[in-house]
Amino acid sequence: MSPTNIFAPASTPAESIFGLSILVLVTVAAIFVVVFGLLAYVVVRFRRRHHDRSEPPQIYGSTQVELAWTVIPVLIVVALFLASARVIASVENARRPPGALEVIVTGHQYWWEYRYPDLKITTANELHVPLSDPARPTPTFLTLLSADTDHSFWVPRLGGKTDLIPNHPNSMWIDPHEKGVFLGQCAQYCGTQHAKMLLRVYVDSPAEFDRWVSMQQQLPPGGASPLGQRVFESTACVNCHTVSGTPANGKFGPDLTHLMTRETIASGAAANTHEMLRLWIKNPDAIKPGSKMPAMGLSDPDLDAVTAYLETLR
Amino acid sequence: MSTTAITLSDVAARPLTLRFHEWVTTVDHKRLGILYVVYALIFLLVGGVEATIMRVQLVRPHNNFVSPQAFNRMFTMHGTTMIFFVAMPLVFGFANYLVPLMIGTRDMAFPRLNAFSFWMTALGGLFLYFSFLGGDGLYGAGSAPDVGWFAYAPLTAKTFSVGHSTDFWTLSLLSSGIGSIGTAINIIATILCMRCPGMTLGKMPLLVWLNLVMAGLVILAVSPLSAAQIMLVIDRYLGGHFFDTQAGGSAVIWMHFFWIFGHPEVYVLVLPAFAFASEIIPVFSRKAIFGYPVMVVATIAIGFIGMSVWAHHMFTIGMSAGANTFFVLSTMAIAVPTGIKIFNWLATMWGGKIRFATPMLFCIAFLFQFLIAGLTGVTLAVAPLDWQLGNSYYVVAHFHYVIVGGILFTAFGAFYYWFPKASGKMLSEELGKLHFWLFLIGFHLTFDFMHVPGILGMPRRIYTYEPGRGWDIWNLLVSVGVVFQAAGVLIFAFNLVWSYFRGKGAGKDPWDAWTLEWSASSPPPAYNYAIIPTVRSRRPLWDLKHPEDPDWRYE
Amino acid sequence: MWCLIAAESAIFTIFLVAYIFYIGKSQAGPQPVNVLHAPIFYTFCLLASSLTIHLAVRRIAAGEVAAFGRWWLATILLGGTFLFGTAREWKHLISVDGLTISTNLFGTTYYSLVGLHAFHVTMGLVALTIVATFYFAGRLGREHSERLEVLSMYWHFVDGVWVVVFTVVYVIGV
Repeated sequence: MSPTNIFAPASTPAESIFGLSILVLVTVAAIFVVVFGLLAYVVVRFRRRHHDRSEPPQIYGSTQVELAWTVIPVLIVVALFLASARVIASVENARRPPGALEVIVTGHQYWWEYRYPDLKITTANELHVPLSDPARPTPTFLTLLSADTDHSFWVPRLGGKTDLIPNHPNSMWIDPHEKGVFLGQCAQYCGTQHAKMLLRVYVDSPAEFDRWVSMQQQLPPGGASPLGQRVFESTACVNCHTVSGTPANGKFGPDLTHLMTRETIASGAAANTHEMLRLWIKNPDAIKPGSKMPAMGLSDPDLDAVTAYLETLR
Repeated sequence: MSTTAITLSDVAARPLTLRFHEWVTTVDHKRLGILYVVYALIFLLVGGVEATIMRVQLVRPHNNFVSPQAFNRMFTMHGTTMIFFVAMPLVFGFANYLVPLMIGTRDMAFPRLNAFSFWMTALGGLFLYFSFLGGDGLYGAGSAPDVGWFAYAPLTAKTFSVGHSTDFWTLSLLSSGIGSIGTAINIIATILCMRCPGMTLGKMPLLVWLNLVMAGLVILAVSPLSAAQIMLVIDRYLGGHFFDTQAGGSAVIWMHFFWIFGHPEVYVLVLPAFAFASEIIPVFSRKAIFGYPVMVVATIAIGFIGMSVWAHHMFTIGMSAGANTFFVLSTMAIAVPTGIKIFNWLATMWGGKIRFATPMLFCIAFLFQFLIAGLTGVTLAVAPLDWQLGNSYYVVAHFHYVIVGGILFTAFGAFYYWFPKASGKMLSEELGKLHFWLFLIGFHLTFDFMHVPGILGMPRRIYTYEPGRGWDIWNLLVSVGVVFQAAGVLIFAFNLVWSYFRGKGAGKDPWDAWTLEWSASSPPPAYNYAIIPTVRSRRPLWDLKHPEDPDWRYE
Repeated sequence: MWCLIAAESAIFTIFLVAYIFYIGKSQAGPQPVNVLHAPIFYTFCLLASSLTIHLAVRRIAAGEVAAFGRWWLATILLGGTFLFGTAREWKHLISVDGLTISTNLFGTTYYSLVGLHAFHVTMGLVALTIVATFYFAGRLGREHSERLEVLSMYWHFVDGVWVVVFTVVYVIGV
């Protein structure tokens, strides 16, 4: 089944929306059946018989009938409105419990930056959150910011989408009840590579999450690839990228400190394999034409060296 | 004086240059109406090509038919073209042609303003398409605009949209906006001041009422767009900060300004569609429209409520629960008068003697499709559902259901209905029915199935998509539907041209209809009516044809 | 003309909303309270011009073309004085206070709003001047009074807008 199906919720906001949607769809389907039934009946029953040129009785209106089909829709509207208001309040005004995890999400053209302020972790493109037990919820609260244009965070199975708008911080929350990888993508047109600004949310068991956190908090082992590191640090790479514990502290592009712990690169546009990584560094436009990373014009030996260096960043 | 009639062959054919000059300098509402409509049809084909390009690109995941940049230009141009240079000119063209005829007068209130408005709209189209050539600017990064038809800030700022493509978008809409406001002023002044004797506001055909409210909406809604665009130009060229988020400006305020225009705009487009249905359905059911006063009140209600729903396009931007809840309520409220209209059309057909000529086929399909479109609209009005479905292909399916399934279908019906009046010839019924069925099949293939990818998580405005999300088969089906729609539209275009030259003669009143325009010859003379008529009821020709049972006894 | 006024009101409303929304939000640069000085005299001139145009239209409706001419020219003079005042104010703001349209949010919204109004005043003055030339050519008569009344509606609208703009910019926003 589709991994991005809104009717397969795995987190409370998505479940609330799903419940409401059943009510709405049933109501709407009932209205459709009634009105379409009327239309079909009318079209068949009141066809003009062949060569009948006489005019039917001219009816100009009926107050009772007009009243009936005004009052009933009003009642339906009120019911749907009240149901919606409840879900809106429960999702938007949810209070943050003390055990909640906070992540600051910053949208960029065309990648996602994740900062865990309490855990002092910065990563990119693949979001790790802990599984939430409905009995003792440990939700994740996301603060949504943007560094450039408008974006939107949409992982259908975990919740509705909320936009990331510069100078307009937003917030949303999820409390996934299932382990696994949840997919989504940017849902507000943000420029050329909007289509490849993909989302991967990894829901880990509490133990797995703690392991991931401590790994992210450590510095990567240094000195394993000195040639590549020198090329990396002397080329413009450091203007955009950060590798903790080294002079590289650029903020324009994703944090690469633990690049090898990610399954994909280029915000999901390619698998994190040797070939793809090398191709990405050599010519980003080959994978994601219009992305903001320029081709650095490295020679082949330099390219191999940098790729080898990046592959030491676990 | 000779007593033999002067035939056409006696009169020397006027040279082409003279005829061309007459058309270019005309201030006659009928000719301007035809100019608007022909202009719209040309851009319908262009917009259709843009849509086809997109659907070919999306027929399978990771396709390579066009580059991402080209695709992004396609959806921007497709949307902008279809709304501003197809739908609006269609609406204004029909209004121009029909309103004076239906209220028994000789022309619009301000004929020269009318011509000026048309040419400003036409200029807008030229600006937009010139962008393919001129958009490059000094940085070589332009070409056609690629910011989406609603051009959200700050994507439109100089930093993110280099070159002049966005400026051509702005310029084009400022120009056509002037044209729209001019036409709206004309429509209102004409309807309020120039109705024939006896035609009180309560005796005007519903088409006239609907166009009156539409014009009021244009005046209130297009101006905010113009204001926002002036602000955008100030930002881009004078260093202004209206939408400059780095200087404390707001991207959200652009959204508010745009949608204060954008939502009433769709009512501007749909009210004339209701107008066509309200004229065609009674004639082909052989009954007066059911509930005329209620239809008028519902129209005015839609106009008012329509100005208060705009932020339902902004449910995902992080407004407070209170604000979101308000807009849920106002959006759902508008479903009530709209539903009332559907019921009234059904009640008009109830007890009638329905003739399934091509105009009626299109209107019956309209009823079916508009019902569905309205219901998917209700699902989107539920803000939490919109948090999932907003900005996805479900929304794209919904609004195409309204605009194509609702507005374009009734517009086609209107063509078949009034073409005989404007040209004196009938459109071919056989080709008409072929057009109808092909287009119906294509429309449903494309837009029914398009709801599914939205439900399965596919956002809009993406030039390609990932395999393995369950979207592939649906996109394929959606793309296949394009073939049928294209076939239908091409047959229609052929029908128009062929019937103009070879169609059966229509006479004054081929449909046995009841409003004033059917008392004029086909086509009407330049002055419309030699003697301005006096009316006593809403269906003056019914009164003439049924002197024993006139409407004014019952109204 | 009412429709045109409605459309123009909608445009001004949007600029007013933007101005009001951004009050107090400028991050740097001159602030309204420091640099704005309410142009009372010039406002008085503009509002007086509404009176003079009204009188002019009354005169020509009564057939007194010469009297019309005097009041009409007075209107143009008063309107022109208002524009002169705006120009003076802007010159001071730009060269002394350092406030331009690109300085900050206040600059952007102030110049846009007041500028949009000044543009409408200018267009009005152009129309009034064209009428004045007809007057000097001796071509105006009582039969034109209805059209001149419609034109005067535009002028009253422009003055009405100024009342709102003045209140928002120089009273509320300071």
